[in-house]
Amino acid sequence: MSVVRDLIRFMGGTAILTKQVISEGLRPPLYLRLITEQIQSIGLMSLPLVLITALSTGMVMALQFGLGLEKFGGKMYVPKIVSLSIIRELGPVFTSLMMAARVGAGITSELGSMKVTQQIDAIRALGTSPIKKIVIPRVIACIICVPLLAAIANLVGIGGGLLVGWSELNLTPAFYWQKVLETITLVDYMSGMGKTFFFALFIALPACYFGLNVSGGTRGVGVATTTSVVTASILILVGDYFLTKAFWIIEQWL
Amino acid sequence: MAVIEVKNFTKSFGSKLVHRGVSFSVNQGECLGLIGGSGAGKSVILRSLIGLEKPDQGEIHIDGEEISRWTERQLVEIRKRVAYVFQNGALFDSMTVYDNLAYALREHTDLSEGEISDRIRQQLEEFGLQGNDFVYPSQLSGGMQKRVGLARSIILGPKVVLYDEPTAGLDPYNTKKIQDMILRLKDRGVTSVFVTHDMPSVYAVCDRVILLLNGQIEASGSIADLGKDPEGIMQRFINGIEGA
Ligand SMILES: Nc1ncnc2c1ncn2[C@@H]1O[C@H](COP(=O)(O)OP(=O)(O)OP(=O)(O)O)[C@@H](O)[C@H]1O
Ligand SMILES: [Mg+2]
Repeated sequence: MSVVRDLIRFMGGTAILTKQVISEGLRPPLYLRLITEQIQSIGLMSLPLVLITALSTGMVMALQFGLGLEKFGGKMYVPKIVSLSIIRELGPVFTSLMMAARVGAGITSELGSMKVTQQIDAIRALGTSPIKKIVIPRVIACIICVPLLAAIANLVGIGGGLLVGWSELNLTPAFYWQKVLETITLVDYMSGMGKTFFFALFIALPACYFGLNVSGGTRGVGVATTTSVVTASILILVGDYFLTKAFWIIEQWL
Repeated sequence: MAVIEVKNFTKSFGSKLVHRGVSFSVNQGECLGLIGGSGAGKSVILRSLIGLEKPDQGEIHIDGEEISRWTERQLVEIRKRVAYVFQNGALFDSMTVYDNLAYALREHTDLSEGEISDRIRQQLEEFGLQGNDFVYPSQLSGGMQKRVGLARSIILGPKVVLYDEPTAGLDPYNTKKIQDMILRLKDRGVTSVFVTHDMPSVYAVCDRVILLLNGQIEASGSIADLGKDPEGIMQRFINGIEGA
């Protein structure tokens, strides 16, 4: 029963938080310096992690499909399969999952510690808003960084496939690129990228919510951090299904 | 005239009724000591005076305005005039001492960086903290953190200051420093509420004391009258005979 109660509390809490973020975000001042700081620590610092994830994903995909399809003479479909699955699914989803782990955990533990040491109260007591000072810069930074990083991951992932195609499967880079460009359409690309905007919110909002609502001292910070990462990951994975479905419906209209 | 007036303050957490109708007032320029056992609910009352917490029932008047149902945005005006000194300083640990002190000035005044810098130098000197501008809070001792916390909360020149155990856990030197600071603010006409377990400090800085026990104000009296009724509940609390 307590799971149900927690779930209802989480949904209500994030809904209220979202409403506050929108209503306060539309009112000046918008602390631009805080946003750029967050873009640095959320986006720039995640770049190596995202690069490694994307590169290995692309390489493994190419290897699996290449060796698997070789028997049937389907090797030349590797560029098509690899690039499509990376652009539509794996680039955006893996990037977001890695961001959920790194950034979601970071945000929740930082906000949780601030809450426990009364720094959140101090922000309020000094006549300022934690939503504006803490939450909005992080949400905006995620909305900017997750799609950008996913775009980079897409490129690097396809590049990883190219490397393996070239070295293991004897596909020339020129052939690989040509196939990739023949395959990918703008609609494919947008359907993958469109999801990242939602994934960014799935990461940032629960992370802030769990951080701001830590109770029970430092132990509570650990619990909240775990919950935040698990929640964001589940939202991304489950949300991905519904978003994919929704984007397919939209594509039918186009 | 009462600057702070609390009427019938009632609040419970879960099924635990902590405050059963607390009423008191603080006059202009007065320093009121608020004592009571651990968990009696002193901090919750103090936090409610700037709207960090809301009573379930009852009224809170600051300068004649009833603030207990105000929104966060409305409360900004109150928070500029009423300073809150957190128990452990609650310093922003990602910022230097300088930036901690500059925080409210940058937010609520039109001062230039130069003027802000002058103001901060002066404030640090007054608190015996000169030379610590670019140090991070974690590099300071607990006593210094509390002094920075006090310096940060009063930098806008508030009318009212609320202290939550400002001397708890401090050595005699730092305790004396904090007491001196409170007295100096009092000389400037600041009204204050002083929550503490530290009776010597109460004697040193307060004009009047109230005792919060069993969710109510069980006793109150001026400092001068404190010893006069040895059998009274206030004296028995102070002597450790009566408690929560
Ligand atoms: N956010 C909260 N959630 C649940 N209970 C709370 C909360 N805040 C306070 N309480 C409860 O209210 C009571 C009063 O707390 P408060 O912090 O005001 O006590 P206090 O008088 O300041 O004690 P101390 O002298 O130890 O600081 C405590 O029993 C505490 O458990
Ligand atoms: Mg307390």
